[in-house]
Amino acid sequence: MNSAPAVLDRDGLSALVKVLVADGRTVVGPTVRDGAIVLAELTSGDALPYGWGVELEAGRYRLVAREDGAAFAHSAGPQSWKNFLHPSRERLWSADRTAEGEVSFTAHEPVAPSYAFLGVRPCDLRAIAVQDRVLTGGRYADDGYGRRRRGALLIAADCTEPGATCFCVSMGGGPSADPGYDLALTEVVDEEGHRFLVRAGSEEGARLLEQVPHRDADTVMESTARSSVDAARDRMGRSMPPVGLRELMGASLDAERWNDVAERCLTCGNCTMVCPTCFCTTTEEVTDLTGDHTERWQRWDSCFDLDFSYLHGGSVRRSPRSRYRQWLTHKLSTWHDQFDTSGCVGCGRCIAWCPAGIDITEEVAALDAERGTEAH
Amino acid sequence: MADVKTRPRLAVFKLASCDGCQLTLLDCEDELLALAGEVDISHFLEASSAVAPGPYDLSLVEGSITTAADAERIQAIRAASRHLVTIGACATAGGIQALRNFADVDEFRRTVYAHPEYISTLATSTPVSAHVDVDFELRGCPIDRRQLIEVITAFLAGRKPDVPDHSVCFECKRRGTVCVTVAHGTPCLGPVTHAGCGALCPAYHRGCFGCFGPSGSVNLPALIPLLRRDGLDEDAVGRFLHTFNTAAFDEELGK
Repeated sequence: MNSAPAVLDRDGLSALVKVLVADGRTVVGPTVRDGAIVLAELTSGDALPYGWGVELEAGRYRLVAREDGAAFAHSAGPQSWKNFLHPSRERLWSADRTAEGEVSFTAHEPVAPSYAFLGVRPCDLRAIAVQDRVLTGGRYADDGYGRRRRGALLIAADCTEPGATCFCVSMGGGPSADPGYDLALTEVVDEEGHRFLVRAGSEEGARLLEQVPHRDADTVMESTARSSVDAARDRMGRSMPPVGLRELMGASLDAERWNDVAERCLTCGNCTMVCPTCFCTTTEEVTDLTGDHTERWQRWDSCFDLDFSYLHGGSVRRSPRSRYRQWLTHKLSTWHDQFDTSGCVGCGRCIAWCPAGIDITEEVAALDAERGTEAH
Repeated sequence: MADVKTRPRLAVFKLASCDGCQLTLLDCEDELLALAGEVDISHFLEASSAVAPGPYDLSLVEGSITTAADAERIQAIRAASRHLVTIGACATAGGIQALRNFADVDEFRRTVYAHPEYISTLATSTPVSAHVDVDFELRGCPIDRRQLIEVITAFLAGRKPDVPDHSVCFECKRRGTVCVTVAHGTPCLGPVTHAGCGALCPAYHRGCFGCFGPSGSVNLPALIPLLRRDGLDEDAVGRFLHTFNTAAFDEELGK
């Protein structure tokens, strides 16, 4: 797509939401609820978190008012888009015993909502690409994910306000949206006003843009937008140590540091559930009291759950040490072997939403330091 | 409906408890007719004074052992039950009355009762599993209705109940609740508490107070500094952990 960038003002963005809703799409975007910027269905552009930002630290998230009225100046919310594409609970099939004593199966393949995701951060766009590889490729494709994903329209929002827990740049990403979006916004708030530079990344995106009031972007607007995104690149609150992570994990299986982190780890599973790439599920069979009707449900699982490694006779990974190690080594190392990509995009959610404030970048640094000590 | 002669026989018994857990069975309004069609409710005093003698296929037992009489009674209940499932914090952990385990029960008796000589009680409140073998323990104060139906359904089908051992955090995240500790600094026992309630309290902006007892994977030394950080002093932390599942959390503290 090579159409020229355009500029929307706030009314233009609201008009875009209106068009999407009129098209029958379920628009999901950031909005303020319960003291956080959550992702939820939006019926109007007014529901965007205009004037709200966040202050982040390890184990700490606080909503704060912003004087500039920006809508997309926040990061590391409590959910990610996987809550919609890869929901926490999904019925796969049901079975009934007929009067003749036979069993009939019914697959559940509901028509997926036609989603429009508004305000997808560049890190989250990369996370969606990671889940695409995991859940739509290979031998174990997840049909429900595929249906929802194929129908989803992605409106990215470049990052201009990274948080203290952000480290996407050190994971090979950055604050600018990679291709894969239908539309990409860059929010600019200055003395010239509050507006959004818009780039179309698909035919559908270009068609949508034509339907809302906009003007062509001039070179000043483009360079203002570019420089605020460029500036964000240097304002990441954290960074992953610049070491070969695959090799480090492989060399650290017996590290002392796992004992240290296990003392602090609550094994509560929050990190995996806020992670936008963690995809593990389990299935549960639900029978009713008569025993004539049964359903199979898929639900999020976590490598921090003892049942996750339950084999005959018990769980393989009983110790918190072994469970944290499994999570980190999979995320940063064996994920490459399985999916030819890292499992971490540097969004910082696992740092912010860990009640104990365990910091993945700090743990990696400590493992690297320990390896260095042993080498001498 | 199964034949009345072949229907499994269900019994409900009560020891030292408030009746809330067995009341949960009566609260299963949508499922009660189906349940009555599948089992023969042979002994359930809260529902009917008509009781039939054992043996029973499935006995649900509420309450803890606090008297010598109940210590004998539970042996008889066990002997009359093919499967014995304990329900609620009292039956699975001794309940709030297990606070006596850490105090002088004679002092309580003298302080509370005008005629302490009429009171016959043990020095401790203990879970049923401390006295007899138990086939399954369903947690909660009170238990969760959906989990109760799941356990009964599982026993009828001869399968394992789908009652995960993980933390309340799993349930908060699955239902999309914003973490009250991380976003609001609210002290919460969710990271160490057994799931099952559906993460009720955090959904109403309150910290979990642990009524389902410890999860299958508890790290109290990691949680206590967070409770202190979020405003509880040492005494308040102690009180937070010593409520409905006081003995179970205390055991975790001792590890």
